[in-house]
This record gives sequence, C-alpha cells and structure tokens, in this order.
Amino acid sequence: MSYEVPHLRALESEAIHVMREVVSELERAVLLFSGGKDSAVLLHLAGKAFWPAKFPFPVMHVDTGHNFPEAIDYRDRMIETLGAKLVVASVQESIDTGRVVEETGPRASRNRLQSVTLLDAIEEHGFKAAFGGARRDEERARAKERVFSFRDDFGHWDPKNQRPELWNLYNGRIKPGEHVRVFPLSNWTELDVWQYVREEGIALPSIYFAHRREVFERDGMLYATSPHVELLPDERPFEESVRFRTVGDMSCTGAVRSTAATLDEVVSEIAATRITERGETRADDRITEAAMEDRKKEGYF
Amino acid sequence: MPGAATNGKAVDGRPSELVRFATAGSVDDGKSTLIGRLLYDTKQIFDDQLEHVEQASMARGDSYVDLALLTDGLRAEREQGITIDVAYRYFHTRKRKFIIADTPGHEQYTRNMVTGASTAEIALILVDARKGVVEQSRRHAVIASLLRIPHVVVCINKMDLVDWDEEVYDRIAEEFGGWASKLDVTDITFIPISALHGDNVVDRSEHMPWYEGSSLLYYLEHVHVAADRNLIDARFPVQWVVRPMADDHHDYRGYAGQVASGVIKVGDEVTVQPSGVTTTVSAIETFDGPLEEAYPPLSVTVRLEDDVDVSRGDIICRAHNHPTPTRELEAMVCWLSERPLQAAGRYRIKHTTRTSLAKVDELRYRMDVNALHRDEAADSLALNEIGRLRLRLSAPLLVDEYRRNRATGSFILIDESTNDTVGAGMILDTDGH
Repeated sequence: MSYEVPHLRALESEAIHVMREVVSELERAVLLFSGGKDSAVLLHLAGKAFWPAKFPFPVMHVDTGHNFPEAIDYRDRMIETLGAKLVVASVQESIDTGRVVEETGPRASRNRLQSVTLLDAIEEHGFKAAFGGARRDEERARAKERVFSFRDDFGHWDPKNQRPELWNLYNGRIKPGEHVRVFPLSNWTELDVWQYVREEGIALPSIYFAHRREVFERDGMLYATSPHVELLPDERPFEESVRFRTVGDMSCTGAVRSTAATLDEVVSEIAATRITERGETRADDRITEAAMEDRKKEGYF
Repeated sequence: MPGAATNGKAVDGRPSELVRFATAGSVDDGKSTLIGRLLYDTKQIFDDQLEHVEQASMARGDSYVDLALLTDGLRAEREQGITIDVAYRYFHTRKRKFIIADTPGHEQYTRNMVTGASTAEIALILVDARKGVVEQSRRHAVIASLLRIPHVVVCINKMDLVDWDEEVYDRIAEEFGGWASKLDVTDITFIPISALHGDNVVDRSEHMPWYEGSSLLYYLEHVHVAADRNLIDARFPVQWVVRPMADDHHDYRGYAGQVASGVIKVGDEVTVQPSGVTTTVSAIETFDGPLEEAYPPLSVTVRLEDDVDVSRGDIICRAHNHPTPTRELEAMVCWLSERPLQAAGRYRIKHTTRTSLAKVDELRYRMDVNALHRDEAADSLALNEIGRLRLRLSAPLLVDEYRRNRATGSFILIDESTNDTVGAGMILDTDGH
C-alpha cells in the first residue's frame, strides 16, 4: 500500500481539522453563508466534520437586500435540507436604524456597508468565531491572511500583527469582545473548489451555470439589470448567454459570457481561463490598489 | 448529481498529490523571479495579475517588471518594496498541486521562515552563483534541518552570469554539501539554473550540457514525498467527541480527529493514552462511509469496542508503541515574539490537541544559526532567536521526538497575557533528561 492521498482529500481533511479545532477551543461559532460556491463547500464540509451529529453552530447570511433571487432560493433550500438554524443580518435594517448611510447614484453599492452589519451581528449574538469561505488565491491581501484570523474588539484586522501559524497547531485564545475569523478553505484554489463541487455533487445556485439574461456593460464588465442598479444614460440592456463566477451583491458582481451549462463544462472553462475570478467579476476590488486590504481591516469578510 | 464520481482524480484522471514547499531568499537571489517563472511557465499567472504587476512596476519607476509584486500583497510591502510576511502561492501541474510558502530570507525574518518550513516537505534554497555560499544560505540550511524538512533542493542561480561554468557549480555544491553534512539533512539536490532566462527551471538547459540532472520542475513533480510521512507509529490525537444526541444515533460515541502518524485499522488492539486502557478499534467512519484503515493526513472518526473514557487531548495508539507521557521537555525553540523569552517565565503550551502550562526551567544555550555556535551564557531569547530550553509542565503531555514525528513532536507557546503565539518548539528527547 502506498497510502497516497489525492490532493482534494488532503485539503478536505485539513478543512475538517480546522472546523473541529474551532468548536473545541472557542464558544459560539457561526458559519458565514453568502449562497456562493465557497460557502456552499464550507457548509458541505461542516456536515462532514461533525457527522453523524449535526454541526454545532448556526449559519448567518449578511443580507444586503440586493441579492440574486436565485441565491436566496438556494440559501433557503439548503437550510431546510440540512435542518440548520439560519440567522439573517440585514443591511436594510442597519440603514433603517441609522447605523449606516446608503450610497446613492448609479454606482451605489451596499458592499462596504455589510461590514457594519456583520460586526453588529457578531456582537449581538456573542459569536467568538466566524467561519468564512475566503481563499488565499483570491486576492493579494488574502494571500497573507492566517487560517485563524484574529479580530480586535473593534472587529479590525491588523495584517502586520498576525499570530504565526505553525504545523497544524492553531491558537484560538481571545479576550472578551474579540473574535476570530476562520478560513478553512485558505489553501484551496478556485479550480480546487470546482473540482470538489463536481466530485462531491454539491448543489449550487443556478446562476453559476450559463443562462440567458438581460445585462448591460459597464467598465468592461457585464452586470445583470435589476431594480437595485440605476443605468447611466449611455448604458443599454441586452440579452446574453452568461454565468457568474462569484456570487455577491447584484450591484457589484459581474457576469462572464459563457455557454458552460454543466459542471464539467464549468470546470473546463475555469481550467482554461486567463483571468482571476475577482479581476473578472468584482467591481468592489477595482476601486483602489488595496481595496480588499482596506475593507478587511475594517472588518469585511 | 452531474459528474459526481471522479474519486479524487485530477482533471485528466490521474491522482494529484498535494506537495508543500518553502522558499527562502531575498529579491537579490532571484527568488521572486524564480517563483514568478514557475508560476508563469506553468500558466498560473493570470492576465489581470500580470497587467497589474506591470502597471505597479511602472508606477514605481522600476526598469523591469518586478514579479515580487505578485506575492507582496500588503500595502506596506508594496510601498517599501519588502516582504514582511509569509505569502502562500499555489500552482499545479498535471501531476501535483503545490503550495509554496514564500518567506523573506533575512535574519530578522527567521520567524517567518520557521513558520513556512513547519509544514514543508521540500525546502528550496537559492544561492547566487557569483557570490557562492553566504551566511544566509547556511542559515536557511540550518533551519531546514532543524524543522526536519525531508528534502532540500539548492538552486544555484544566475549561472548565466558565470558563463554557465561547471567549475563554479561544482565548487558551490561541494562547499554547501560540506556544510550540510554537519546538519540533519538527508536528501540534498543541487540544480544549476538561471531563473531569469528559465534554464533548468521548467525545461532542461541547453547551455549546461555537463549537467545531467533534472530541471527544478521535474524534481518538484517527482521527488518522493509520500514516504516522508511516518506510517509506523500509530498516533490519533482525539479532537472532538461526536455524540449526536438524536434518536437514530442514541448510543453513538465516536472520536473525531486527524491521523497524526501511522496506520490505524479496524480490529487493531489499541490503548488510549494517558489512561492506558486497552480496547479495539470497532470502526473507522466518515460522512462518505466506513474505512478499513486510516493514515495521515486523513480526518476521520474512530469508534472503540468498549465504552471507555476518552476525551479531547487523549491519544489513541498501539499497545506497545505509544508516545511518552512527560512533565519535562527538552526542546529547540524558535522565539516568535518581540517580547523576549522570560527566564522562569510561564507560558501556555499547545501540543497536538492538548493544552497545558509550561514553566521555563532553563535556557541551556542560544544557537548562533550562522556559525552553529552555542552560546551557553545566554539568559534570554529575543525575536527570531533559537535556543534549547528545558520546560516543566503543569500536566503531562504525550510526546514523541520531533525528528521521528513532526506531528507529535512539535508545540507552540502562547503568552497568557497577550494570547500571542510566542514560541515554536521541537522536542529533542522524551525521557526528560
């Protein structure tokens, strides 16, 4: 016997180990779920890590109110199937109660406002650990982030003062008011996620697969037309066969032209792509050179 | 479900092994150029990333495209042109998926190199052919040896600047090999390369017909890492006790964890440490179904024949091959914090899934990693320093020697007042003397 372990099994075992460490060392964990493929994988792994028991934490969705309807349908289906407890933290509520002020105009987005809603919800529920689906291959600042990413009592991340992580020994010790963001998929790439989704037969929202949709072009990206986005004078909607590589707020998540309608076709497309998923489809990272780093320091996902 | 049965195979149907390697060096050694070339030549750099690096280089007034900007992700790093932290990069070939822990090479970043080295199976050390073996290359070899990285590959870079001269290569390989023979490095390979021009990086170089070895990528794809795991000593640290509290699993008790070493089979007679109770493995379970055996790094749930008392931090092992319970540890410790090691200080110690308190009994010596000299007069360890400590523990830990078992021979020290991780330890011997 060579006892070889295929790379997806090794990544899966690492993620499961991380999840079990969190519930062993920290009280009150929560799994952040956006309806995207990474959080779908996270949910699937949570099911495996504690099987045959149910995973011992609730699922939280930070709802911008600008979701793809397909993502909300998918969220509700998954929660029902798993019998999990869902906590919804609403950005609309943060706006209504005056915690944040909504941006206006055609380029308005609720993306940045989410951080306040998220931190308020973490504090309100007393969560000490929040699982997120972020990966180090996604973005430059994330490449430097720890698996157990410490947040001070303002919810802030200090990239220059991170705890060293050695072997598989994670340090989950925190003081009252602080919390830890935990990223079990840190070492996965986009292709790993898609191969795993295919291998495990994980259900995803339909918008990940090619479909015909009304879109418009802005800054070289295609956006879905929706009541949440105001068109600029020269922007004309048209129909196109598209799919989404990421699932975020409708106002800042772009589509790609694609005819990949099955998992096999999507995996082939991802294996051949020459552009990163955030570079191709996320307006929120295009604002400045360090857009993600800045948002992360404030408490973003 | 669409396409569900590929059994962990890669796109082309072959198994794809996960391999972790650590690189150390400074920009001057051409380390970033080398990583950039590995990523670029295996088509892992995306167009928007390259465009971004080109723009950023231009904005900074560089005369060349600085591939270091690919890995230097933080604003402060880009502004200062330095790497301040471990950056993880990923690439794959048809055979393997690689995780690169890219660490800065200067002395003040020993902490980062130790961090990157802790999980690495291969250490990639760069030597500038014009400068030969320098202090920094020696330090990297010492750390690779201390952290027990099983394979060391020394890339003698910038061969283009020494006219592809075989004698230069031979001299450096001999000098480095001589130094390394004083260390605990079992497998060392030398490759003459030019990262800038790509010679011997992905393809064999035409400029150095005298070199009969393989290219770096071929080496990375073929070096035998599966056998580096300890498959002899069965060690299963219990992480979490699974008790479903549901009607259909009323009496279920399972012990969840990740196999640290060895092979655990259904039917094995095992003991649970520290209680020493003996029982039998009745099942090894996963969400995907039962297994006949489990080995590293699989995360599984082990069930036992008898209803024995088992909790987090216990280790399931074989009756005649078990870790040593001890209240005293001798260990090499790398100090990771700006607050120096306190003589007679107390720290929290985390080892496998068990935590205890440790008191510093004695700092036996501080090691000068450049000269391998022992400073026995030292009374403290500052950030990035390495020394041999004797620790006394408030409760026993179940340990193995690090050189035999990286998983059960390693620990971290946590400062109780700041909760920071301040020390990384490698256990030397297990009888407490």
